[in-house]
Amino acid sequence: MDVSLVLIVVMAVLFACGVYAMLERSLTRVLIGFLLLGNATNLLLLIVMGQPGVAPFFGAAASSEEMSDPLPQALTLTAIVITFGISAFLLALIYRSWQLGQADTVEDDAEDLALRARGVAAEDAMDDETELVSDDTVTDFVGLATAPITVLGSRDFAGIRDDAPTDRPAGRREEPPRRIRPPEGEDDA
Amino acid sequence: MSALVPLLVTLPLLGAAIALIAGRHRKTQVAVSIVTLTLVLAIAAVLLVVVDAGNAPIAVSVGDWPIPFGIVLYVDRLAALLVVVSSIVLLAVLLFSVGQGAADGDDDTPVSIFHPSYLILAAGIFTAFIAGDLFNLYVGFEILLVASYVLITLGSTESRIRTGVVYIVVSLVSSILFLASIAVIYGALGTVNMVQISERMTQLPQQTQTVLHVMLLLAFSIKAAVFPLSFWLPDSYPTAPAPVTAVFAGLLTKVGVYAMIRTETELFRVNDVNFVLMIVALATMIVGVLGAVAQAELKRILSFTLVSHVGYMVFGLAIATPAAIGATIYYMVHHIVVQTTLFLAVGLVERRAGSTSILRVKGLMRAAPVIAVLYFIPAINLGGLPPFSGFIGKYALFNAGAEVGTPIMIVLIVGGIITSLLTLYALMRAWNLSFWREEDDSAETEERISYLGSAPAAAIETERRVIPRIMTAATAGMVAVTVSLTLFAGPLYEVCARIGASLLEPVSISQLEDEAGR
Repeated sequence: MDVSLVLIVVMAVLFACGVYAMLERSLTRVLIGFLLLGNATNLLLLIVMGQPGVAPFFGAAASSEEMSDPLPQALTLTAIVITFGISAFLLALIYRSWQLGQADTVEDDAEDLALRARGVAAEDAMDDETELVSDDTVTDFVGLATAPITVLGSRDFAGIRDDAPTDRPAGRREEPPRRIRPPEGEDDA
Repeated sequence: MSALVPLLVTLPLLGAAIALIAGRHRKTQVAVSIVTLTLVLAIAAVLLVVVDAGNAPIAVSVGDWPIPFGIVLYVDRLAALLVVVSSIVLLAVLLFSVGQGAADGDDDTPVSIFHPSYLILAAGIFTAFIAGDLFNLYVGFEILLVASYVLITLGSTESRIRTGVVYIVVSLVSSILFLASIAVIYGALGTVNMVQISERMTQLPQQTQTVLHVMLLLAFSIKAAVFPLSFWLPDSYPTAPAPVTAVFAGLLTKVGVYAMIRTETELFRVNDVNFVLMIVALATMIVGVLGAVAQAELKRILSFTLVSHVGYMVFGLAIATPAAIGATIYYMVHHIVVQTTLFLAVGLVERRAGSTSILRVKGLMRAAPVIAVLYFIPAINLGGLPPFSGFIGKYALFNAGAEVGTPIMIVLIVGGIITSLLTLYALMRAWNLSFWREEDDSAETEERISYLGSAPAAAIETERRVIPRIMTAATAGMVAVTVSLTLFAGPLYEVCARIGASLLEPVSISQLEDEAGR
């Protein structure tokens, strides 16, 4: 099976860049990485098609030898559609996590802070360490030197004890996200 | 009969479309979902009886394309059995969530996407089970994964987005790996039809076979949460709503295990990576259950036991005798049902007690005896106490391993027994603390369990809410199914044994054509 060397090189570069971008913490870069990986895989599907030929089922080819293999093209098309749909979903997810991070107008209620304090008292040294960063940042993203859309910051390990078990959708949520605390001095207000 | 097969996929998709259109009419949505899944259950039951009695799988070539070129739907005993079990589970969890939704009065909230996503998830699961070619299996995986992305971030609260991202990115990587393996397999063999792959695979050099084999297994192992590719699971499952976690825990990892079963039996008949699989199975069992022991929150305990019990199925696959494959399938059916039931029971605990932390919840035995029973039966079942199905499944697995009798088998059997005991320990500790401990407990006990206080999620509190009867009824129904797995263990185990024997027999492409022609 003869295949184009250029295609293979392009595929390899796309795979390498995609893996690199996906290892970033920023969600937008993860999305870019996913798109690169998806395209690299589509190229791989085209490469395994073998030598290019004339369009099949069209009558232009004298024999089946001259036709290109239609099946990988069909597979690639399907894969492209799936990648497209998932990218749209990821974009919505990125937007949502950006929205949540910026939402520093959400007020903390007293019970929530009390619960928080109880939780902190019970924590061991490892948890304290992961929370050092969070104590002087008010929101997720403001003040972070890296990309704006970061959801997997190290401080999020403390977030495991988050507002998880609420089954309510965002609009009717009763507990505000616990991580967002008012700035110093406003606690009594 | 073959006309029924495509309905398994098209009915849920049609139901999803209707449910989406009827987004504002909750009652219509609920009715459509329940009717759809009941119909699928009936069709699947008919198919299982027909396939098992006739001893002939049903193959359908969609759109009447000649067999290796078009999409082939292939229903053998394994596919039919799993569709039956998964539609029972899906139906029970649906009823549970309907009860929950009705009680919380979510008529005016934007979760009208729950029912359509849930039905699409069902369609994806059924597609994956009845796919006759690798690419269709990939499409099935993608359908169920996309639906699961929506369900796991339902309501898009902060914690769900955070954990959802982990789940989604990990799943994306595994999907890309799967697609790349399909491409490479097509390049090597010129086909994506499973039967044809199986026929042609033996003509490849052994090294090429091993590369293809490892690529596919890696992709499926991420989905099945096999150690060391399992760390995403305990982090992402517990934050989702209770019914969603229940159905994910029961079914999604098992679709990965199902794909591994097909890979190990039909696609690659040479046992070149079985030793690696045994090591991986041992690590999955032990590491998973040690994680469970360290947790103080019920949902997290269950997520870790879920990972650890996937190890038993990998163990069964690694033994690779017909008896072992049969035992694996029985264990898989048992685990789908029991794990879902436990998650539903924990969902009830959460509503009743306002927490799932075993440190905070106490005195449930006195306060809510029904929930206590609904938790206790599946818990000792999962822990493998006789006479329940967990014991039968594990005994069958160990028996199949002992028949082979190599030293590594003995190590694995010992590891499996330790895992089983530790599972029982983790679940019974939860029972002692949350159900048996009195409300006014001595300071001494508090002191003794204080070491668990630093475990993640030990401090969460939620609202206490009333439990509608339908939620309890759905959970009780699932508990009844777990018990019936024990009561009807004989016939069920015979079916599983027949599956195990037939999976290892080669099917030729002409046989497939004959079956599609009928």
